[in-house]
Amino acid sequence: MDGFPILSALTYVPLVGAAIIFFWPRASARAARWIALGASLVSLALSLVMLAGFDRDASGMQFVEHYDWLPALGVSYHFGVDGISVLLLVLTTLLTTLAIVASWDPVQHRVREYMISMLLLETGMLGVFVSLDLFLFYIFWEVMLIPMALLIGVWGSANRIYAAVKFFLYTLAGSLLMLVGIIALYQAYFEQTGIRTLNVLELQQGNYGHSFQMWVFAAFFIAFAIKMPMWPFHTWLPDAHVEAPTAGSVLLAGVLLKMGGYGLLRFNLPLFPDAARSWAPAIMALSVIGIIYGALVALVQTDLKKLVAYSSVSHMGFVTLGIFAFNAQGLYGAMIVMLSHGLVTSALFLCVGIIYERGHTRLISRFGGLATNMPIYASFLGLFSLASLGLPGLSGFVGEFLSILGAFRAERVAGVIAFAVVILSAWYMLWMYQRVAWQRAPSEPPDPTDPEAKQAGAPHPVMGGAEADAVDPRTFRDVTWRELVTLAPLAVLTLWMGWAPQWFMDVLRPALELVASPFGRIGF
Amino acid sequence: MANWIFLIPLAPLIAAVVNFIFGRWYLRDRAHWLAILGVAISFGVSVAVVAQVARDEVALSQHLYTWIPAGDFQVPVTLTVDQLTAVMLLVVTGVSLLVHIYSVGYMHGDPGFYRFFAYLPLFVFSMLMLVLANNYLLLFVFWEAVGLCSYLLIGFWYRRRSAAQAAKKAFVVNRVGDFGFGLGVMLIFVHLGTLEYTGVFAQVGALPQGTITAIALLLFTGAIGKSAQIPLFVWLPDAMEGPTPVSALIHAATMVTAGIFMVARSWPIFAASPDAMLVVAIIGAATAFVAATIGLTQYDIKKVVAYSTVSQLGYMAFALGSGAWVAAIFHLTTHAFFKALLFLGAGSVIHAMHDEQDMRRMGGLKRHLPLTYWTFLIGSAANAGIFPLAGFWSKDEVIVGAWVGGRPIVAIVGLVAALFTSLYMFRVVFLTFHGPERFDAHTVHPHESPPVMAVPLLILSVGAVFAGFLGVPPERGVFHRFLEPVFSGHGAEVHHVSTATTLTFGLISTAVALAGLGLAYAAYVRGAIKPAVVAARLGPLYQLAYRRWYFDEIYEALIVHPLYRLSVWLWRVVDIGIIDGAVNGVAGLVNFTAQRWRRVQTGLVANYALAIALGTVIIVGVYLIVGSTLFQ
Amino acid sequence: MSELTATHFLTLSAALFIIGMLGVLIRRNVLVIFMCIELMFNAVNVSFIGFAWEQHSLVGQTFALFIIAVAAAEAVVGLGIIMALSRRLDTVDIDQVHELRE
Repeated sequence: MDGFPILSALTYVPLVGAAIIFFWPRASARAARWIALGASLVSLALSLVMLAGFDRDASGMQFVEHYDWLPALGVSYHFGVDGISVLLLVLTTLLTTLAIVASWDPVQHRVREYMISMLLLETGMLGVFVSLDLFLFYIFWEVMLIPMALLIGVWGSANRIYAAVKFFLYTLAGSLLMLVGIIALYQAYFEQTGIRTLNVLELQQGNYGHSFQMWVFAAFFIAFAIKMPMWPFHTWLPDAHVEAPTAGSVLLAGVLLKMGGYGLLRFNLPLFPDAARSWAPAIMALSVIGIIYGALVALVQTDLKKLVAYSSVSHMGFVTLGIFAFNAQGLYGAMIVMLSHGLVTSALFLCVGIIYERGHTRLISRFGGLATNMPIYASFLGLFSLASLGLPGLSGFVGEFLSILGAFRAERVAGVIAFAVVILSAWYMLWMYQRVAWQRAPSEPPDPTDPEAKQAGAPHPVMGGAEADAVDPRTFRDVTWRELVTLAPLAVLTLWMGWAPQWFMDVLRPALELVASPFGRIGF
Repeated sequence: MANWIFLIPLAPLIAAVVNFIFGRWYLRDRAHWLAILGVAISFGVSVAVVAQVARDEVALSQHLYTWIPAGDFQVPVTLTVDQLTAVMLLVVTGVSLLVHIYSVGYMHGDPGFYRFFAYLPLFVFSMLMLVLANNYLLLFVFWEAVGLCSYLLIGFWYRRRSAAQAAKKAFVVNRVGDFGFGLGVMLIFVHLGTLEYTGVFAQVGALPQGTITAIALLLFTGAIGKSAQIPLFVWLPDAMEGPTPVSALIHAATMVTAGIFMVARSWPIFAASPDAMLVVAIIGAATAFVAATIGLTQYDIKKVVAYSTVSQLGYMAFALGSGAWVAAIFHLTTHAFFKALLFLGAGSVIHAMHDEQDMRRMGGLKRHLPLTYWTFLIGSAANAGIFPLAGFWSKDEVIVGAWVGGRPIVAIVGLVAALFTSLYMFRVVFLTFHGPERFDAHTVHPHESPPVMAVPLLILSVGAVFAGFLGVPPERGVFHRFLEPVFSGHGAEVHHVSTATTLTFGLISTAVALAGLGLAYAAYVRGAIKPAVVAARLGPLYQLAYRRWYFDEIYEALIVHPLYRLSVWLWRVVDIGIIDGAVNGVAGLVNFTAQRWRRVQTGLVANYALAIALGTVIIVGVYLIVGSTLFQ
Repeated sequence: MSELTATHFLTLSAALFIIGMLGVLIRRNVLVIFMCIELMFNAVNVSFIGFAWEQHSLVGQTFALFIIAVAAAEAVVGLGIIMALSRRLDTVDIDQVHELRE
């Protein structure tokens, strides 16, 4: 295994797959699907091999590949993973594979281009997580943007162009700020040491003045906060999710949002510890606002995808809350929330996609009683809803509890307010579940034994009523094998992470201790 | 035996998982066998483990693995059986086993049969883990897990909107309590650095008084939710939407007592905070009273029993608040028997009446359902505290405990509530089983339940009669001696109750219970008192009780509705209007500016060429003029 | 008659350049404009040669040759564009071509 550039291999395999589809102009849609699946599976397999070979006790980067690229500018080709990125890497390869399976039948339009976009996106996402050179990181960061915008803009629903442009410009605005930050950092380090480098690990050794740190921190932070997305930079998310095709939503929620949190852990905290401390109160305040705000707004959504999108805003608040608590519980919590959110929210989007395929609507008010004719589907939806609302024993709880505990330890009030979300999240998730999976759909005759049956079809005082032309959910078929294949691994992982998070936490430990070291390693 | 403790929760878990996955296609109406087997194994192992605990008088424990290792925050999964857990183990597995057997008959033919026998063992698993946990976070985990099972079982008939609504309400209201509980757990960890019971109790004395009170009150918030105390009891009556065996097991005998168990488990924390104790006692007494008044006015047979449960939980809470720990657990135990019996009996009635729950359409059922009648009567009498049934001993002890614990007012409230208890219990008995038949005899043919339902009723009624003798003589019975090691040590108040006090209260209790019986008899059998007249005379007071003290309406108006409004405002005004408006505003500004500037783009090459030429001339000109002075 | 100096070359170059520029700005026929551009090129060539004369260096001559070669290549592209334009829009009047505006 020594010497084999496994990180490069797993990053570029999807690119090779994309190239094969691209240069084989007469490839049928079927062939394109299989090539894409094959490439993503190879990448997944490589990432699992890498995970198996990952030394859980070693601190620092592993599987490092470091070559000079533009030595005059200090740009190098530098890949490497630690506990933080290794898990996100596997999450990415897994979710991409599942996303390709999930779009097997639903995507019938321009399949080749679709699969090329998916594979390019995968390379971009993987590159972001393995790059240790800011130049390389920035390239991958931008590379990933284009296929995602295409996925939304070409294969999305009605208002897709607006959403794609909004997503693109919003993220680009953030990344340009980050570019300015990168250049400033590069220059500052050069002035200080006379060395031109963009190597993150080397730049961490620099000693930057406080006001410089404050500004550059902000430049990086805004880029990551937009990606995350953190309140009040979140408004692109609901639009992007609603318009994106299912697989796009899966990767957007599952992987792209994680890049914000990853960036904070990889760049902001190690590079600018003083600024991080100074900004922490403001960021924690924004996180708490986001947590509560996202949950409240999710409560009144009529569109399933919007509900999940706003719940993402709420959940990602836990990531920043945990990170800026600077203690062991907060950092572990932030990472577990990211991983868990990657599994659970992706799964929820898959679930929404499944009934969208059948009913061609995402309006909650048009569904009902799915548990009767779709019991397997309802079980999965229930499981993931419960995981999302933070039920202990499923992955969501571990992360949320730890990050709130971390916040509680660092800043009592923030922890208390953030914890109140457990009430709201139960409320909006279960209400959604009740309306989608349990009670009767508006298109059905009311239950004769139900004393409140008359009210069932009546317009809700706030949410409005059901439309007359509602689809009949009783005709929906339960999940197919293909859909089962996409949901089952996520369910297993959710349960695993809920019952045995220690496995994941062992992988994370050395990396997080390193992140916490400028902050006094509280709680380790 | 310690190495076998894991079997106690594992057996029902396996049954639940297998039934859930294979039930729909393979097991179908055979699903109950596995569930019963699982719970029976659990019961058997529990008995063996408890026997060892009773013999050796040491707690057993088994470490399974470390669940969360986040730096200095380590949460082990360790199962511990001490005397308190032992009592809970027997109650939970015993009642569960009976309810499982009963459910075979009750749920027969239901399309969700397999689902029922997946959720019910899952509940047993969660509840057992809850009582076996050795630290607060594990307790919290299964605290929520039993809430989940409760949610699934309340919403069992999910097509009914009211059931779906009630399930969600139960979960969300419980989450309000869990919010407090969780904060309490965090506060314990932040101050003490551990969550394991032994470690926490050993250090609790070192904390400042304010902190202890805060921890105790936050923990009690959890108990308020789970054990349906004021002001969060509103979910429990609605929870009656679930199948009746569920009401018996979860919403009477076991899950709702988790709050009581938790407070008793945390007694060193509570004992160290007199203020918290006072709050617990007041809330308990208020709950006991308010729920009893509501119970007097309801017509739904299950709702009356449900309010009775709330009221009895109030008794347990004020016993805890008076430091009468053993009395609370004693009442919990006896209550498990007679309340499960009452619910199963009510279920038997409902079953016989083809899902009729309104007592105004019953009456005279004694003739049709003799076995149900007698067992229900025993349960009612036990609940009412008629000598010498189980409820008498435990309720008496609770009231005495409050009295000698320095809470005379609470004790008196308890006595008043006892009068109501007796009155509403016998009201149910008389309305349901005595008097004229008020149902349509042509369409409804009441029939006695099958043996599979009758046997659990009989076993439970034996318990309802004799369980009380575990606590005889008061304060020195088997039960007390068994639990003594748990509730002794630093901070434990020991009250020596004189025989005179015991006797006096015994007599008063009996008199009160008989008075309630007499009133019910006068009102509902003899007709000497007209309930309608009394209700009219009481006017607003009656309405207050009948409308459940307007708790639901108040929450709806003060919390639920404003929150919706706020959310809609946040979404439409803040999110779409302000934040997204700002984003789109920037985009709009750029667009606006660009629209002005694009006029320059005429599309005529000549214009562009002219611009280039002029530009060149200007640049060169400036260079010549400025440059010429610059370089001189 | 005085000796030939760079000034003469530059004057000629400037005159040619201005003629070419005015042609580009004023004429509407694309072909004429194109020829005027060629004129401007050659004006530059003239000044190169003038400087080469003045400096007794071959660099300027080399550049002139180079520019002639490039201009030939450019003429191919330019004429190609003009062909395409006239085929597409059926005109060689530059004012009729303003598609860049919309």
